Amino acid sequence: MNRTPRLDVPSWIFVPAAAGSLFIVLPLLAMLTRVDWADLPALITSPGARTALLLSLKTSTIATLLCLVFGVPMAIILGRSTFRGQDVMRSVVLLPLVLPPVVAGIALLYTFGRRGLLGGSLEAFGIQIAFSTTAVIMAQTFVAMPFLVVSLEGALRSSGQRYEEVAATLGARPTTVLRRVTLPMVLPAVASGAVLSFARALGEFGATITFAGSLQGTTRTLPLEIYLQREVDPDSAIALSMVLVVVAALVISLARRTARPA
Amino acid sequence: MSLTFRAAVKDRDLDVSLEVPHGRTLGLIGANGSGKSSVLAVLAGLVRADSGTAVLDGEELFSARVWVPPHRRRIGLLAQDSLLFPRMSVVDNVAFGPRSQGLSRPAARAVAQHWLIEVDAADLADRKPSELSGGQQQRVALARALATQPHLLLLDEPLSATDVGMAAMMRQTLRRVLAGRTAVIVTHHVLDAVLLCDRVAVLEAGRVVETGRTEEVFRRPRSDFAASISGLNMVRGVATGPDSLVATDGTVIHGEPDMALTPGDPALAVFRPEAVSVHRSAPGGSPRNQFLGPVTSIEPQAHLVRIQVGDLGADITADSVARLAIDVGESVVLVIKAAEVSLYHG
Repeated sequence: MNRTPRLDVPSWIFVPAAAGSLFIVLPLLAMLTRVDWADLPALITSPGARTALLLSLKTSTIATLLCLVFGVPMAIILGRSTFRGQDVMRSVVLLPLVLPPVVAGIALLYTFGRRGLLGGSLEAFGIQIAFSTTAVIMAQTFVAMPFLVVSLEGALRSSGQRYEEVAATLGARPTTVLRRVTLPMVLPAVASGAVLSFARALGEFGATITFAGSLQGTTRTLPLEIYLQREVDPDSAIALSMVLVVVAALVISLARRTARPA
Repeated sequence: MSLTFRAAVKDRDLDVSLEVPHGRTLGLIGANGSGKSSVLAVLAGLVRADSGTAVLDGEELFSARVWVPPHRRRIGLLAQDSLLFPRMSVVDNVAFGPRSQGLSRPAARAVAQHWLIEVDAADLADRKPSELSGGQQQRVALARALATQPHLLLLDEPLSATDVGMAAMMRQTLRRVLAGRTAVIVTHHVLDAVLLCDRVAVLEAGRVVETGRTEEVFRRPRSDFAASISGLNMVRGVATGPDSLVATDGTVIHGEPDMALTPGDPALAVFRPEAVSVHRSAPGGSPRNQFLGPVTSIEPQAHLVRIQVGDLGADITADSVARLAIDVGESVVLVIKAAEVSLYHG
């Protein structure tokens, strides 16, 4: 542990900080008090819940892989090269982070939906995306990608280029430098970015329901199932929420562990 | 494999031209921020010059029309920090270059082993860089740079990370591997420049203000920087024993070697002018180191007076000068205690 002596912060600052923490913890505790512990196992293993959970895990995993495939190159371009329009690209990549998910869903719908920009052409090839599992994955990828790009770009910038320069003087081509020096160096950031993207994908609701709808077994992920159950079976909704809370807690501890450099 | 280099970088206020003949070592000296490291960065291809050109072995590295990227320049760079890849073992670090040049894994490892032996670091092969001392890391980084068979070797303060005890060994290693190699060394130690470089170029504010044979530059510095760090007495000769050498004029000098000298090898004696005392005639007792000669100049310095006898200088107080009543042209005896003389392989 690093125990460098620190300057004291003003003591009053603990009061608003504590209030803020309470604001986060209290709702979770409130939910805990309403959990029907006796029926919990039955509630979270009901066919509807199981189907939704499996769909969520499957789509989120694929979405995370897509984030890696497209997000890692984007982060490398943003963090390691300079080109005209770089600032614009950086803002565009960040957009899904601040965009309301329902807006993202509408945007996707008018791109890949039947009457969307590309939907017509895709349909000519017999491809229908809207209201399919593919749509769920696309919605999740859309909102989760920035988490990976931001965390990786930050790591690339702070790590500096000196090792890569040495590798180049040793005769390594750019691809070799990327594969053997850059990526191993930022692997912790790739991992923690992927974990955060996975968590974001798992919790996706607004874009999914707008672009993919809520068809059981096809597009009804766990958050959608919770939203529906809230009306008809609150106990079940709370039980499923607990599942997501546990997953979220696991994800955070995993991300914190992987974010620490070796 | 000679190098000609001329480059200007506006951002860094750099405008330098240099030449290094095949197999020779050029020292770059100068104050911090004088542009020494920038010259290396431009040579290695890590910084683009706004204008200028460099030719290594008849091949253009850069010019207005040509740009060879760093990985195709065959220029090895040893930075101040060893910058060993932290997740690779020592042998994999050294094998990185040969691997990148297309050698198979076993072949690259064999090359790496060879260069680790060459820098006396073979026993470190399986360690991780974090388990090495600064000096060991620097050795491994040197092996890594050499393993690519560079046509030009750039060394940035190669001894700065090495503790004093290990510096003598590292200097020996450098002398061995630099023999016959074209190299540019950035240093601000007179001794490293004298022992490692054939010629030096002095940089001030991004310009070369003085170049010449290393010992000439330090004996008769024309630039402020060279003058500020030189002034050491240096006598070349041949070792006659583990702690003595005979100068070309026949004078025998005893001193403290940094590593025991081998009789017959070239050697260098270094001592400070303040350690030299001046006498009108040989003093009683038998001080081991004496030089006889006529005074060539007497110049007041900041606090002392510099008595110059040929290439040797003695700094003594104004009182002593008055007491001795010496003048230019008169014969004097310079005396230096053996404990004040450092001896080096040279």
